[in-house]
Amino acid sequence: MLGRRFLLYLLILGAGLAAPWFYPQYIQQMALLWIMVLMASTWDLLGGQMGYNSLGNITFFGCGMYISAVVQIAMFYDVAAYTSAFGAIKPEFTDEQYFMGLFLGILAAGFGAMLLSYLLGFIMFGLRGPYFAIGTLGIATAAGQLMGTIDYVGGGSGISMPFFPWAVEIRALFFYGLCFFLAAVAHLLLRWIYSTQFGLAINAIRDDEDKAEAMGIPTLKYKQIGWAITAFFMGCIGAVFGNMVGFIEPVEVAFPVATFGIFMVAMALLGGKGTLWGPVIGAVLFHVIKETTWTYLLGWQWVALGLILIINIVYFQEGIMGWLQRKFPEFFGITIDHAPPDKDAEQ
Amino acid sequence: MKSFSFKTISAIATLSASLALSAPALAKVEGDTIILGAAISLTGKYSTNGLHTQRGYDFAVDRINDLGGVKVGGKSYKLSVKYYDDESTPARAAQLAERLIQQDGVEYMLGPYGSGLTKAMAPVSEKFGVPMIEAEGASRSLFTQGYKYLFAVLSTSEQYLAPVVELAAAKAKAAGKEPSSVTIAMAFENDPFSLDVREGIVDTAKKYNMRIVIDDKLPADLSDMSATLTKVKAIKPDVLIVSGHSKGAATAARQIDEMTLQVPIVGMTHCEAAKVQEKFPAAANGFLCATQWVESSPKKDKYFGNASDWNAGFKKAYPEYTSVPYQSAQASAAVLVWKEAFEAANSFDKKQLRDAIAATDMETFYGHIRFSEFGNNIAKPMFMRQIDGDGNYNAIITPDDMVWPRKAQY
Amino acid sequence: MLFNLQILFDIAPITNIQLILDGIFIGAVLALGAYGLALVWGVMNVKNLAQGDFIILGGYIAFALAREGVHPVMALPIVMVLMAMLGWMVYVFMIRRVIEQDMFTSLLATFGLSLLLQQVMNLIFGPEVQVIDSHLPNYQLFNDSVTLPVVKLLSLGMVAVLAVLIVLFMRKSRMGQAIRATAQDERAARVLGINTDRIYAFTFALNAAICGAAGVMVSMIWVLQPFYGISYSLRSFAIVTAAGLGNLPGVISTGFGLGLIEQYTGFILGAEYQVASAVVMLLLVLVYRQRRAKRKRQVVR
Repeated sequence: MLGRRFLLYLLILGAGLAAPWFYPQYIQQMALLWIMVLMASTWDLLGGQMGYNSLGNITFFGCGMYISAVVQIAMFYDVAAYTSAFGAIKPEFTDEQYFMGLFLGILAAGFGAMLLSYLLGFIMFGLRGPYFAIGTLGIATAAGQLMGTIDYVGGGSGISMPFFPWAVEIRALFFYGLCFFLAAVAHLLLRWIYSTQFGLAINAIRDDEDKAEAMGIPTLKYKQIGWAITAFFMGCIGAVFGNMVGFIEPVEVAFPVATFGIFMVAMALLGGKGTLWGPVIGAVLFHVIKETTWTYLLGWQWVALGLILIINIVYFQEGIMGWLQRKFPEFFGITIDHAPPDKDAEQ
Repeated sequence: MKSFSFKTISAIATLSASLALSAPALAKVEGDTIILGAAISLTGKYSTNGLHTQRGYDFAVDRINDLGGVKVGGKSYKLSVKYYDDESTPARAAQLAERLIQQDGVEYMLGPYGSGLTKAMAPVSEKFGVPMIEAEGASRSLFTQGYKYLFAVLSTSEQYLAPVVELAAAKAKAAGKEPSSVTIAMAFENDPFSLDVREGIVDTAKKYNMRIVIDDKLPADLSDMSATLTKVKAIKPDVLIVSGHSKGAATAARQIDEMTLQVPIVGMTHCEAAKVQEKFPAAANGFLCATQWVESSPKKDKYFGNASDWNAGFKKAYPEYTSVPYQSAQASAAVLVWKEAFEAANSFDKKQLRDAIAATDMETFYGHIRFSEFGNNIAKPMFMRQIDGDGNYNAIITPDDMVWPRKAQY
Repeated sequence: MLFNLQILFDIAPITNIQLILDGIFIGAVLALGAYGLALVWGVMNVKNLAQGDFIILGGYIAFALAREGVHPVMALPIVMVLMAMLGWMVYVFMIRRVIEQDMFTSLLATFGLSLLLQQVMNLIFGPEVQVIDSHLPNYQLFNDSVTLPVVKLLSLGMVAVLAVLIVLFMRKSRMGQAIRATAQDERAARVLGINTDRIYAFTFALNAAICGAAGVMVSMIWVLQPFYGISYSLRSFAIVTAAGLGNLPGVISTGFGLGLIEQYTGFILGAEYQVASAVVMLLLVLVYRQRRAKRKRQVVR
């Protein structure tokens, strides 16, 4: 069993490392693919495993992006001058400055987002069910709007990020590597978490929060820890994405609530939520479909996407992993005792 | 020591990557067709103007092909544009720049709509050394970054509405008042273009020591600006300036009409694109509209004739336009620059083309095009026009041409 | 900001009347959309994220009719019928299947619907901003310092009439009673011979019709654009969440409240805070409720 799993991971690692060399023209889409995988996987930590369906994880993505931008620039320039000058100054970053700034920026983004999630947790985790979803959606929307009013970070004009100093081919590889690395680390960490007692505890919260609390699980603390892990990775990937795009702006790039914010949920559902591999498979499938329709159905891609979302959710609720587990239970080591599933667990 | 090691890593990495990533020979010229690449907003908040832009490109491409195409090395080539939808988001646009260049092998680019999207694409095309002639990104910040491969046929955005402030100052002087007594109310969409327009006004107002009494920023999806206009009504400023692409103009005109605002000077961008003179003729009477191009311009070229010929041809091709927005005109002009650059360089080499574009000095129906060392067009003025009671746009050359105070007939 | 406060209290206090009037007019339209949402949420536990897109679609239908020369006020019943048919279809193909699922599913499924509607509207009507001119006069009151557009007054009246009709319908008609019964206890209703599937279909169609009516008002007062729906959806959610379900007076007064908050925030802080103000209101209400619920739970312990 371990051998097979190990082989699978080795295979994915090999494919992930080799892909950019074989298909260099698709490198940027593949980088985006890993971002999607990371988003879906970390969303599932709360949405699938803990039963808290957040529609606002994108808040951490955007905040991370801005934190890293500020850190990267503030180390060497006055941020307010940089953003308000409307490009009148053309800042130069040496190689060391760029990489040191990027490294510290990503770290700061991760930890900053973590802190934010911790604080938000006090307010948000009192809400349950759809109220949590709508509350987090509201926070993400407001965050984008409010970020646009802060002139220090350029307001609605956005910030042009320092540009990668070396050749463009290296740049693509570098960011691909970062995305792959972050997605892989997140996946392995989640895999480990789900196997610990913490994983069982958050599952208990999902299944019946009041009982879990009655059993002595400090639910608020566990929920906050869960969200903090998600936030850390969303912050880091936000920082990476901001540098990949090169130009950040509050509503469309940093806090894309209606695109990335919803996509991550859709991907997790497509693959099957509450499973380790579901979000990964969902993300891969979703991303491939998205990019294909975008290429071949010019202007119609959103119609296609809406249809896919509806069909997925309305007619294919269980997701791919759910379907596989139902069809081939032995493969997953599931024994079936024919008890009816507890349908109204969440009601 | 540290920098040495960085350079070594860089060199090794470059070498290994260039070995592995020796880009596949993709077609930028297929058979007898030259392929230009463009990202266009077909969906999302800029899609109105995205469409104007796309039609401008298509119209010019068709005309050039009808006239025999582009002659390079004694052979005739047809032009064709490969479009992608950037969904009005800079994130998509930046990806697209890489995708067009790396995946589709495009080596000649046309610009997207809007400064934000151009800002996102320019660093990428610059890094790849792919020339981009853009027609819709007017923010000054695009031309201070030292880009070598970015060229814009239009005037920069701080010039859009600054003349409105100048006109207000002139009128104040004529009325025997100090220009510093003029009060300005302004509302701008919170996006790079509009904020740059705002910058131009702030600078000019500072010059005259005028007071800015209202300075609101409109969210992208705000369909109601009555709160701002109520303030205007209460304060009664001398000048009201609004900029927020087409929907900003439409929303403002509708609510100015409804509240029957009597501000003596109202300045706007995108009047033509939003068709305010048709939809709200009463309120729009006397609006000052900044425009990059006027169809009465006498400038001409051998492809389209003069500005009004282009205008007539475009209306024939797209009968749904009663007045053609300048966004389409400048898009057509960008294609003309590509055409002449190909023939001047007589080559498909990016570097030679870049130099040919930089040396462009041509007259088009859109106006004269000559690029500064920073890539912006410095040979073409902005125009200011005022809408009259019959919905016509009249050019304002001197302050005396302006009807002041505007006579809105509600 | 201080200067803006000064206007309100010192320079031109009359402005308050304008703000309150505008707040009420906006609030009325928002309340209509929110009431439809409260209906489907309360009766069938479906959280319709496409609410705003229904509104915009209703506006576009009115716009299409106006191009044919039908005055928007006359178009109102036609729009409502067409939207009800659409709502019925959406129910049959989509909602029926997500009703049984957990709460989150309907949210996502209707988000997909929202994407779809936006794009279809974009393809049919184009991305241009559209407006309908109702050719109704605007009254200027208080020495030209307060504007009272007849169209807004008219739409407020239409909202009032619709609200009364809905209340009467819910109280008096068999269908209305059946809807309320289903909302209270779906199983008991079924036992008593109510065809709940039909009730659900009807409720969803009714919601779509209400949204369509709100859309007609939007088209006469503001502007239409295929992608504007989301802001109406969010505000509907804010109102319903704050007001609670099945509480028409609550929904309407919260709608007015939100309209006022938006107007005053836009005036005092600037338009850039207007969107955020709705969200802040929503969060404040949620947090307040949570604190109250916590206290209650502690008492139970």
